[in-house]
Amino acid sequence: MSELLQFLLSGVTVGAVYALVALGFTIIYNASDVVNFAQGEFVMLGGMITVMAYTAGAPLPLAALVAILVTAALGVAMNKLAIEPARGAPVVSLVIITIGASIFIRGAAQLIFGKQIHSFPAFSGDDPFRILEATILPQSLWVIGGAVAVFIGLWLFFTRTLLGRAVLATSNNRLAAQLVGINTPFVMTLSFALSAGIGALAGVLVTPITMTSYDVGLAFALKGFAAAMLGGMGNPKGALVGGFVLGVLEGLTAGYISSQYKDAAAFIVILGVLFFLPQGLFGRKSTDRV
Amino acid sequence: MKTFLTTTALVALAFPAMAEIKIGASLSSTGPAAFLGDPELKTLEMLVEDLNAKGGINGEEIVLVAYDDNGDPNKARTFATRLVEDDEVVAIIGGTTTGTTMSILAVAEDAEIPFISLAGAIDIIQPVKPFTFKTPHTDRMACQKIFEDMQKAGITKIGMISGTDGFGASMQAQCKEVAPDYAIEILADETYDPKDADMTAQLTKIKGTEGVQAILNPGFGQGPSIVTRNYKQLAIDLPFYQSHGVASDGFIELAGADAAEGVRLPGTALLVADLLAADDPQKPVVDAYKAMFEEKTGTPVGTFGGYAHDAFLIMTDAITRAGSAEPAAIRDAIEATSGLAGTTGIYTFTPEDHLGLDLSAFRMLEIKGGKWTLVQ
Amino acid sequence: MRLTAKSATLLGLVVLIALAPLFFPSGFYYRVGALIFVNALAVTGIVILTGWAGQISLGHAGFAGIGAYACALAPVHWGIHPALAVLLGAAVSAILAWLVGRPILRLKGYYLAVASLGMGILISMVLNNERELTRGPDGIDVPDLGMRALLKAAGLDLSNGEFWYFFCGIALVIGAWLALNLHDSPTGRALRALHGSEIAARTVGIDVAKLKLQAFVISAIYASVSGSLLALQNKFITPDVAGFMHSVEMVTMAVLGGVGSVAGAIFGAAVLTLLPQVLTVFAEYEQLVLGLVMVLVMIFLREGVVPSILRKIRGRGE
Repeated sequence: MSELLQFLLSGVTVGAVYALVALGFTIIYNASDVVNFAQGEFVMLGGMITVMAYTAGAPLPLAALVAILVTAALGVAMNKLAIEPARGAPVVSLVIITIGASIFIRGAAQLIFGKQIHSFPAFSGDDPFRILEATILPQSLWVIGGAVAVFIGLWLFFTRTLLGRAVLATSNNRLAAQLVGINTPFVMTLSFALSAGIGALAGVLVTPITMTSYDVGLAFALKGFAAAMLGGMGNPKGALVGGFVLGVLEGLTAGYISSQYKDAAAFIVILGVLFFLPQGLFGRKSTDRV
Repeated sequence: MKTFLTTTALVALAFPAMAEIKIGASLSSTGPAAFLGDPELKTLEMLVEDLNAKGGINGEEIVLVAYDDNGDPNKARTFATRLVEDDEVVAIIGGTTTGTTMSILAVAEDAEIPFISLAGAIDIIQPVKPFTFKTPHTDRMACQKIFEDMQKAGITKIGMISGTDGFGASMQAQCKEVAPDYAIEILADETYDPKDADMTAQLTKIKGTEGVQAILNPGFGQGPSIVTRNYKQLAIDLPFYQSHGVASDGFIELAGADAAEGVRLPGTALLVADLLAADDPQKPVVDAYKAMFEEKTGTPVGTFGGYAHDAFLIMTDAITRAGSAEPAAIRDAIEATSGLAGTTGIYTFTPEDHLGLDLSAFRMLEIKGGKWTLVQ
Repeated sequence: MRLTAKSATLLGLVVLIALAPLFFPSGFYYRVGALIFVNALAVTGIVILTGWAGQISLGHAGFAGIGAYACALAPVHWGIHPALAVLLGAAVSAILAWLVGRPILRLKGYYLAVASLGMGILISMVLNNERELTRGPDGIDVPDLGMRALLKAAGLDLSNGEFWYFFCGIALVIGAWLALNLHDSPTGRALRALHGSEIAARTVGIDVAKLKLQAFVISAIYASVSGSLLALQNKFITPDVAGFMHSVEMVTMAVLGGVGSVAGAIFGAAVLTLLPQVLTVFAEYEQLVLGLVMVLVMIFLREGVVPSILRKIRGRGE
């Protein structure tokens, strides 16, 4: 029983990481239908810039804030320099651009930050909380809290604010959105700033658990993408639930089946979802079957 | 195709024939094994510069032609071909990983160019190939050293948690093979992906396995640091062994001195330079390398950079003794290396042994109070 | 006109392959040439899938992995000749592509990208983890094809590099020829109609899902054979061949050169294969340059380098 609980807690810790990354995917996807493969690099930048600012002597909260703002600015720059000039290109080209941008960011990070692995202290110490016989680190609670907070924020943003609705409208029909007076370039800029900022926040929160180096982005992007697909691309609720489901699934697979194939569990479930529930668990209900 | 021809011309211009001694290297200074390959490349570049400043070998300058194979065996093979056919080097150092080493090995053996690998697997030198040597201990020896220590402590039943990367997987397999020789039973055998965020599920499973007396974690990079932190989180009080893959000060820093307390692993003299006896034959070479590397790069020395140091030492020693830079002569001289003190151990090669180290070169280390200490 | 384009591509390819060695300063260039051909073969498959059928795959390296490990495993375990193992790998890849593609390609949109990504990662995971069979991440030896010895007996003594250069070159010419034939066949025409407008294609009675599936299966065979050739050439293979980055590399090569044309695919493969060789002195900057090139080409030469340049030349001629 205590083992099961520990497997679940392990899964929730990992799942919160995936959920945070997956949430970052949803905004850009909602605004442009583009899956931004550079999302993982934003997570890396969040962690690495915090490390650099922290070792340079900045207090941790300030370092984290700097990292989030710088990464958000880089997200805007990416939109202005790489995505906007390619407007009108097919989605394939845009996806390739985001992959290219992610390789570029990784290459730049390697030059600027070096290849060492870094970390910084957990926010509330390393003494685990006990729940029955199982344990969880305080930092995991920060990550879980972060994921839930970002989710609520996004949910309010998309349903309660004019700006959020403008983003959704842009995604549904860019031309119609322009006709009703939505400033679509601004919506795109905002989306990239938000996505990058959320990615960086994820990096700040998870680095004390996972550590960071210039090349961690790809792994985050793949798992976060998987979580987002599982929940249904573009839906914050889907990203949150998808992340936690994926994490718990991995924890249980590692515990009860095989730790070698725990990563397989995620992808088998995704293939299954695609075969039987192509819109994801919480995707839009429109049936796109040919 | 036009680009192709232009490149051809460029490359031909960039490397005119010279009278110096040309040594080639293919290392994984970027990519998934950059953690190992980066210090290896820095070490080689630093040593070449230093040697040339001191007048080179027998009055000739050393030229290092180093390529970054990205950890990709296919690229490593291409670069090895380039080193042999285009750059016409007299010897090759490299192969950060076992996969890249196997690719370079085939090319070097075909061309009859002496080759010193920096990777761990036993397959590299067993069976012995005429032109291939290697500097690190095999992962099998790491397992043996650890099991020896366990045997002394009366441990017979253990659990393993290994990384799924080449390093972890290979050592996992070797440990399982030699465990019976030490009457050790592996009751639990778990793995993790090198980029995983949490290993408490696997550790909980091992912890819950009846009869486990100690846990061993083969791996490199950040994985073992996370395992070590999770070990503390779960308050597991069994003896904990790591591999030589994390033998650097960086590991203690990442895992936290608190979590790493009591961790044992087989390491090299490099990590305990201050603790070596004044008459230890490795002391001078270890001190010199440590001082030079840390001054040059500002990062602490690690075992892997040490492998590159030793490969270069063996190579230059052989060329000096051979008095010639002919590949065949270098090869013969390497094979005749005897009692050469490196950072990893004291090398003595024979026609039957192209590793030249035994278990005594490994030192059992334990982390106490955030510092490496020697286990007596 | 189309016939001319086809023969021009093939003729140009044959002449380049035959004449390039005259300019090689050392044997190393045969190796690079052979690698370009192997990559170009896989990318030709991507042209069929992405350029003509409009689908993206992010898991094609998985098929290359199947082709490669078929050559490593089948001869040792079942005594199958390596040449036949190439066919076995291709067959397995084709069946797998069919099984994955059939349910997915009934959906509109880019679901194949996700499904193939998952499939590719699963294949690479099996190759890494099934140590008993594949020997794990450190890689496995691949038996000799035996062709070189055969040629030597017949009086044609080629060096290893020369042999693989011409062997892969011939394979590429055949692959390009088949692809170009497909392009002009009724299936090819239907595929391109579908890429233009799926709805229009459906109204004229084209079975869209079936066509996409065909394209996916054919491209899987191309990737598989390319993986086999790589394994046989290197006589050693590791699970890296099935890795995600290799999949991305294939798509990038296709898109860079021009995903709609076979000539563009070959050009893209050549550029990206040469890049690390040209940038050796700046190895640290390789990633940076690669990423930058990808972004710039997609912005300024949307159809890829070759079609964009051809259009410019033609535009000037008219």
